[in-house]
Amino acid sequence: MGYSIKILPFLLKGMQQTLILTAASATFGTLLGLLLALARIAPARLVRTAASGYVTLFRGTPLMLQILFIWGALPQVGIVLPDTACVIIALSLNAGAYIAEIIRAAIQSIDRGQMEAARSLGMGYGLAMRRIILPQTFRRLLPPMVNELAALTKDTSLAMVVGIVELMKASQQQQSQSFRPAETYIWTALGYLLVTMTLMSLATRFEKKLEARG
Amino acid sequence: MTEPILQVESLHKSFGKLEVLAGISLEVQQGEVVVVIGPSGSGKSTLLRCINFLEVPTQGRILFKGEEVGQKEVGGTLVRLPERVLDQQRTHMGMVFQRFNLFPHMTALENVMEAPMQVRGLRRPEAEALGMKLLTRVGLGEKARTYPPFLSGGQQQRVAIARALAMEPDVMLFDEPTSALDPELVGEVLQVMKDLAKSGMTMIVVTHEMGFAREVGNRVLFMDGGVVVEEGKPEQIFTAPQHTRTREFLSKVL
Repeated sequence: MGYSIKILPFLLKGMQQTLILTAASATFGTLLGLLLALARIAPARLVRTAASGYVTLFRGTPLMLQILFIWGALPQVGIVLPDTACVIIALSLNAGAYIAEIIRAAIQSIDRGQMEAARSLGMGYGLAMRRIILPQTFRRLLPPMVNELAALTKDTSLAMVVGIVELMKASQQQQSQSFRPAETYIWTALGYLLVTMTLMSLATRFEKKLEARG
Repeated sequence: MTEPILQVESLHKSFGKLEVLAGISLEVQQGEVVVVIGPSGSGKSTLLRCINFLEVPTQGRILFKGEEVGQKEVGGTLVRLPERVLDQQRTHMGMVFQRFNLFPHMTALENVMEAPMQVRGLRRPEAEALGMKLLTRVGLGEKARTYPPFLSGGQQQRVAIARALAMEPDVMLFDEPTSALDPELVGEVLQVMKDLAKSGMTMIVVTHEMGFAREVGNRVLFMDGGVVVEEGKPEQIFTAPQHTRTREFLSKVL
């Protein structure tokens, strides 16, 4: 018990960093994912091809490599960013590729008649997408998005390879001093679970709210 | 005779190798109710969808109030008009779909208010007044706050008609508006359409409801195999059809 109380402040500090990485990458990743999803189904073929190339690249290479590349390669061309920023960029670029596919699938699952009805009323493509199609995707988006954000939360642990002391790194530091992996890692696991479970319960509540509307 | 509100000139439409419309010409006068009948696969719906450019014609022109819809022939090739022009043209044509296509995340009233607010720029109170007026007109004033999944098919289709009318169109296009309805709900939708016709609305109606065609239509077009086989006044088409194909079709449906 004494050991647990001793390490908790360090782990909490790490957890704070984990939350920052998660929140920032989730936000930027979702925005990027939305843009990429719209690009993937855009009328212009060039736009579609570019977006699909992007998705292939970021889904087809390890996230670890992407983090190391951005952290290592940007300074080589004279762009020096804080380590945290590098990791957030890499995580966002990566999550964007996955979220794009989630959003694209949700958009394409909406009945074609919805777009036709909107267009027949004189609504432009963008307006119809924003007012008619996208709002209908929310409910279908929720379950896969929760998966994706939970995965993202856990992926932030890769930030330790560039020396960021997030939850995983903090835990390793404590463990290597005390040689008490059992307690250390159990507390670490509880830390991640707290984040992912909060996420899931928020999603469930939101889902119920959407359902109540019929 | 005044200039027709809508002209279709030798319209062709192919999906890949399949030619669905093989040269259709048609003129519709202001206030006229044209009913299009014919077997399934005859191209009736495609004709209607081409008129407001939900399908892109392969050849031919559609003139709405003298203006080409969706595309223009420039030096022998068809060139698409800017989307903004097309959107503008579509605001003058109301379309009612077989499957209603109401927006399920909006109430009946919001469905009707959406385009007037977003496209015509009406303010909320004006749009709401307009929406209530139109819903009342189709007999659904009490369902204004109801979401589409809680409405019957007939009610949904009447909301869809109100939604199309909210843009104050010059012509209404009906694409088999009662084909997806349970038989007992067909009447209420046809009644709304009859009232609309009586009010002087220009209408093109693709339907299998021969009673409606006969009673409300000013002119009936019989289509088969992507062409207009025969057209004329309802009583002529229904009592003295000239073509064998028309006779065969009518003997099956009447």
